Amino acid sequence: MFYRLHQFAEQRAFILAIFILVTVSIGGLVQIVPLFAIENTIERVQGMRPYTPLELVGRNIYIREGCYACHSQQIRPLRDEVERYGHYSLAAESMYDHPFQWGSKRTGPDLARVGGRYSNEWHVEHLIDPQSLVPASVMPSYAFLLENRLDPRDIADHLRANRSVGVPYTDEMIKNARADMAAQADPDADTTDLLARYPKAMVGNLDGNPATLTEMDAMVAYLQILGRMVDFTDVRIEDLTQ
Amino acid sequence: MTDRLDPTRPVSHEAMQATREIKDVQDKLAFGDNPLAHLEWDGIRELDYPPPRWWVITFIGTVLFAVLWSILYPSWPTPFGVWRGILGYDQRVVVAEDIARAEAARAPLVQAIGTAELTGIQNDLGLMNFAIRGGQVAFNNNCAQCHALGGAGQGFFPTLADDDWLWGGTPEDIEFTIRHGIRSGTDETRDNIMPNFGADGILTREQISDVTDHVLAISGGEHDAAAALRGESLFAENCAVCHGEGGEGLPELGGPRLNDAIWLYGGDRSHIFSQIHRPAHGVMPAFEGRLDDATIKMLVVYVHALGGGQ
Repeated sequence: MFYRLHQFAEQRAFILAIFILVTVSIGGLVQIVPLFAIENTIERVQGMRPYTPLELVGRNIYIREGCYACHSQQIRPLRDEVERYGHYSLAAESMYDHPFQWGSKRTGPDLARVGGRYSNEWHVEHLIDPQSLVPASVMPSYAFLLENRLDPRDIADHLRANRSVGVPYTDEMIKNARADMAAQADPDADTTDLLARYPKAMVGNLDGNPATLTEMDAMVAYLQILGRMVDFTDVRIEDLTQ
Repeated sequence: MTDRLDPTRPVSHEAMQATREIKDVQDKLAFGDNPLAHLEWDGIRELDYPPPRWWVITFIGTVLFAVLWSILYPSWPTPFGVWRGILGYDQRVVVAEDIARAEAARAPLVQAIGTAELTGIQNDLGLMNFAIRGGQVAFNNNCAQCHALGGAGQGFFPTLADDDWLWGGTPEDIEFTIRHGIRSGTDETRDNIMPNFGADGILTREQISDVTDHVLAISGGEHDAAAALRGESLFAENCAVCHGEGGEGLPELGGPRLNDAIWLYGGDRSHIFSQIHRPAHGVMPAFEGRLDDATIKMLVVYVHALGGGQ
């Protein structure tokens, strides 16, 4: 029977096109339609905010250096992971990540909650020479981050690009992007406005050299905010209902 | 004259018929009863060689499995909320239960540790073993990255396995340090700051050099006795308030002991000089909130037992 249908359809281009359309539509519906409701899978938690300009640059460096190839940013809801790394990751925690850095490979540890776990000095020393602090580590040296100065000219555009894909950067944030980027790594700067716009941001002497704004500053700023935005002390499991 | 090989020459009906019959026989021999054997376009023949039956059944089975699975378990986001599955399975509930079960299993010991004084724990072998093991696990996960395995210390991160304490080595001191950190930016953090004696122009280079000699003198290093003598009064004026009259340290202020051979930022002349000129300061994060009370208590027992607990 199928041979007849096969033969019938295959010899008539228009009918064949209709069958193809039906088949592709089914695949498309299954893949695309649920995405219209994807907002429903994001928990409603307090504290999530867009990255500061400096953190955003750090995130770009994190992606550029391929950190995700060895470090995941996703604590799975399993007892051993929760006991080692902290509360399991929520979808809400990566809602401003484009693209998210969940990763799928752990040569190094998960970094979803590495923020606040070590001092800035530790991060700088560890990025310069990982084995000096973790003898068994196989991580390469990223000492060159200290040498590379940041170019602040295009930072506002990075914020705008993120806004165009749904990250709620305000006009005020974009206007102050350049100043915020410099202020975050300057121990003498007035960071009141910065911290009002971006609570919990790690400010001050990030890379040990306050005079210049380097990729190391950005990297430390990014690592120090990971997993710290949502305050889990007042989150109950009911609030995490998706 | 006509060329026998001329392709435009008309072919007789009989010849065409004969050719077709020969081809049919050839097809029959080559493809048997294959149902699509007669379909041919531009010399390309389509045949039907179906995949093995077991393969088709498995394939259909996987499709049915996927459908069944997405009905039983959480799967699709929908406009009315997330489909939760008719089994009501939720990984987040499962992990909460797992953790609750583990907590219940160790609750008697954890409660005993929570209420007991340190000496009480030390005198109870079972409790002590539990606290040391639990403390070691937490230490290796949270502390060893800086203080090194076994609290051996490395780089600018202090050794915890000796009796030289910056902020005190009693169980209470250790617990406070773990909870609130050092210069961690939290409200109750341990905090002090050594002035930039050189960089901010409080002392001249010569004066700093003299103080350096004095510090070398009290710590048993090589020094210029005359300079050390000059440095003594400067030390009393500027340094003794935090480091103690004889450089014995004031743990309650976080003033490091100087009259020994243990140095965090180097004990030779140039390092001591630069630490007076523009001091480096260590930072330790606060672990309150990050670790639960029982874990902190076990860490206290472990760190205290590393060798130098007071």
